[in-house]
Amino acid sequence: MLKDITLGQYFPGNSVIHRMDPRFKIICTVLFIVMLFAGNSLWTLVIGAVFVVMAQLLSRIPLKMSWKSLKPILPILVFTAVLNLLFIADDNILWQWKFIKITMGGVHTSVFMIVRIVLLITGSSLLTYTTSPILLTDAIESLMNPLKKIKFPVHEMAMMMSIALRFIPTLIEETDKIMSAQKARGASLDSGKMMERIRALIPILIPLFVSAFRRAEELATAMECRCYRGGEGRTRLRQLRAAPRDYIAFVICMLFTAASVTVNILFK
Amino acid sequence: MADMIEAKHLIFRYPADEPEDGKEAPVNEPILKDVSLSIEKGSFTAILGHNGSGKSTFAKHINAILLPEEGTMLVDGLDTKDEQNLFDIRQKAGMVFQNPDNQIVATIVEEDVAFAPENLGVEPQEIRRRVDEALKTVGMYEYRKHAPSQLSGGQKQRVAIAGVIAMQPDCIVLDEPTAMLDPQGRQEVLETIHRLNHEQGITIVLITHYMEEAAEADRVVVIDSGRVVLDDTPAKVFSQVDRMKSLGLDVPQVTELMWELRQAGYAVPDGIITEGECLTALEQLLLRSE
Amino acid sequence: MALLQTEGLTYTYSAGTPFEKTAVDHVTLTIEENTMCGVIGHTGSGKSTLMQHFNGLLKPTEGKVLLDGQNIWADKARMRDVRFQVGLVFQYPEYQLFEETVYKDIAFGPRNMGLSDDEIKHRVLASADALGLSRDMLKRSPFALSGGQKRRAAIAGVIAMRPRLLILDEPCAGLDPKGRALMLRQIRDYQRNSKSTVLLVSHSMEDVAEFTEKLLVMSKSKLFCFDDTPKVFRRAEELSALGLRVPQIASVMGELRKRGIDLPQDLYTVEAARDALLGLLRKEAV
Repeated sequence: MLKDITLGQYFPGNSVIHRMDPRFKIICTVLFIVMLFAGNSLWTLVIGAVFVVMAQLLSRIPLKMSWKSLKPILPILVFTAVLNLLFIADDNILWQWKFIKITMGGVHTSVFMIVRIVLLITGSSLLTYTTSPILLTDAIESLMNPLKKIKFPVHEMAMMMSIALRFIPTLIEETDKIMSAQKARGASLDSGKMMERIRALIPILIPLFVSAFRRAEELATAMECRCYRGGEGRTRLRQLRAAPRDYIAFVICMLFTAASVTVNILFK
Repeated sequence: MADMIEAKHLIFRYPADEPEDGKEAPVNEPILKDVSLSIEKGSFTAILGHNGSGKSTFAKHINAILLPEEGTMLVDGLDTKDEQNLFDIRQKAGMVFQNPDNQIVATIVEEDVAFAPENLGVEPQEIRRRVDEALKTVGMYEYRKHAPSQLSGGQKQRVAIAGVIAMQPDCIVLDEPTAMLDPQGRQEVLETIHRLNHEQGITIVLITHYMEEAAEADRVVVIDSGRVVLDDTPAKVFSQVDRMKSLGLDVPQVTELMWELRQAGYAVPDGIITEGECLTALEQLLLRSE
Repeated sequence: MALLQTEGLTYTYSAGTPFEKTAVDHVTLTIEENTMCGVIGHTGSGKSTLMQHFNGLLKPTEGKVLLDGQNIWADKARMRDVRFQVGLVFQYPEYQLFEETVYKDIAFGPRNMGLSDDEIKHRVLASADALGLSRDMLKRSPFALSGGQKRRAAIAGVIAMRPRLLILDEPCAGLDPKGRALMLRQIRDYQRNSKSTVLLVSHSMEDVAEFTEKLLVMSKSKLFCFDDTPKVFRRAEELSALGLRVPQIASVMGELRKRGIDLPQDLYTVEAARDALLGLLRKEAV
């Protein structure tokens, strides 16, 4: 069922990582990506892996959840691996069949790539697992604040993002309902040729759009009734405030990244 | 007591669709033809009327979502036509709508309740206090960290009410708040608004289709084709069974039964709207005839 | 004749996870042809889940659904045919309208059945008549209709498939009293004329009391009872214990009987109560 899709994939908890300032979490995630892509030596992976394991343990997110975020990208992983196996060649041939060659270099590269992608996904999904979408939006709004100077509509963007987040479950549920209703009228949604399938979407999409517009209109009225007048003069219930632990986390991240960059320069 | 809402000869029509080329612009029939109504502070008023009678249009005037074409609407003495009053009026008279899904803005209950005070620029600490208090008042405090999609319809409406209370309004206008709810959800919402009325003295204007809900109000106003046609206590309004039926409205079953008996020539008392009253009256009638 | 039967029908959501929930628990029942049935129960009692099994939108985790004695899941190729025989109208069905005109929208189901244009036309007009939609309305966009008219157009779209069993999930939700009364009368007339079976899911005890012959009561995922409407209302106390209200009149009349007044059983509409009371009063007056 459509409902099973988890968007935002927030996993509520009260760990140190959960309680971190979301702005710092975003910055640390960016640093983590730099850390992983600083170079191509084995050390990069070791440092990245230590960092991910540490963060994972601190966040108390069960491994099962990380597996869940990896599952959808399995095909990409396999594809990357195969591509690297086939196209990266050196002299150390392990196996050959006609023009297909598998070399030690290819094996190296594909293992390296797989590990890197796995680390990237598990590490960065910790951000979304430990941060509620609304906090994430707040943090992005706050980080983008300087852009207000060049008239970038930061508040409006953030408001749009949070409304989208709010309505995704509602619209998914609605899609489910409309699909059932049309199926009950004999619409066949899961068979037929490509064109027929596309045509079969019309009875789903039109009601969905109509309803989304109706909701948007009603929501706009409801927001006005609650004195909404844009970002001007607006205060927030939740103030983002950095605590000492956020600076400590930031310093740790910096150290890891610096280490990654350094070893890659040293061992080149 | 002073009036919370004072409508004087309101006339309003929705703009007509764009005319086709060359044709004269059509003019819509006014939906409010001449509505004058005063609502006392601290009262609980139910507004009945069938679809298209103009009752929701009237409600939207209280909140300055719509402005009258003619006539004036005063909310706590403030004219809705004066744009400077807009936010004061919206803060004084909060509004709850029919569809619980389409009025919750935030992804977390407490964030949603905080929405209005945030817009009003209230200090964060004060917002926190108001949010907690409002959620406790509607009995949703334990759900403050929940996502709206995890709540039942009745719970969502209570969150919407909390969102209005957080503005500290003097009056709450509810436009068919129970139309999309199951009986349990309806009861939750009604208990909540009655409590707000009794305990905090908040003026309640409840627009509804359900006559059981109107029967519990202090006063029932019936709007039909843009005019106030009945305005009295529930007992007096519902006793006019034939009038109500001709307006396309229901009366409680017990009221109808009493009316039928009276039509058949039996002297039963007027203004019976509850099961208990009906039971007593029937017992007396049957004992008397013995 | 039995139209639809269930045998030990059980449905479990998210089986094998911590969120496992049995929504329908071993329900066995037989729905006869040509009956007007009401379906009552709390939100979450499993009634909606049960209804979605009747036309194969959900597959039972355990047990069977039989249409004309045949398991509807025995042959997947037959499923579309099952959907045409068992029509399901969801709550707020107006949100499924999508065509350019009301006519085309009502024709959607019949067209999916592969009927001829003549037959489709015949059916669209007949179902529009059943729900009081004028010829002029059929040419308009469904989005230009009023709320009540949209609802009728959507129901007509299901009726046009001529289902032998029609399930309506709260067709009156959100309508005003006049709209409710009209809708219920139209549904009853449709049932009588078509001699099909209608299942009317409702929260209003007054409505089911007035319009149905049989009542299916669901409580906590189980079938509480499926019996003649008067017999169900005789169990007023059990219903109250389930948190289901009986009509005002039923409870007042029940209370009078308890106090020793000689009234017949099964009074739950205003008319029946009036007639019984007048009878009693006149008898005593003689």
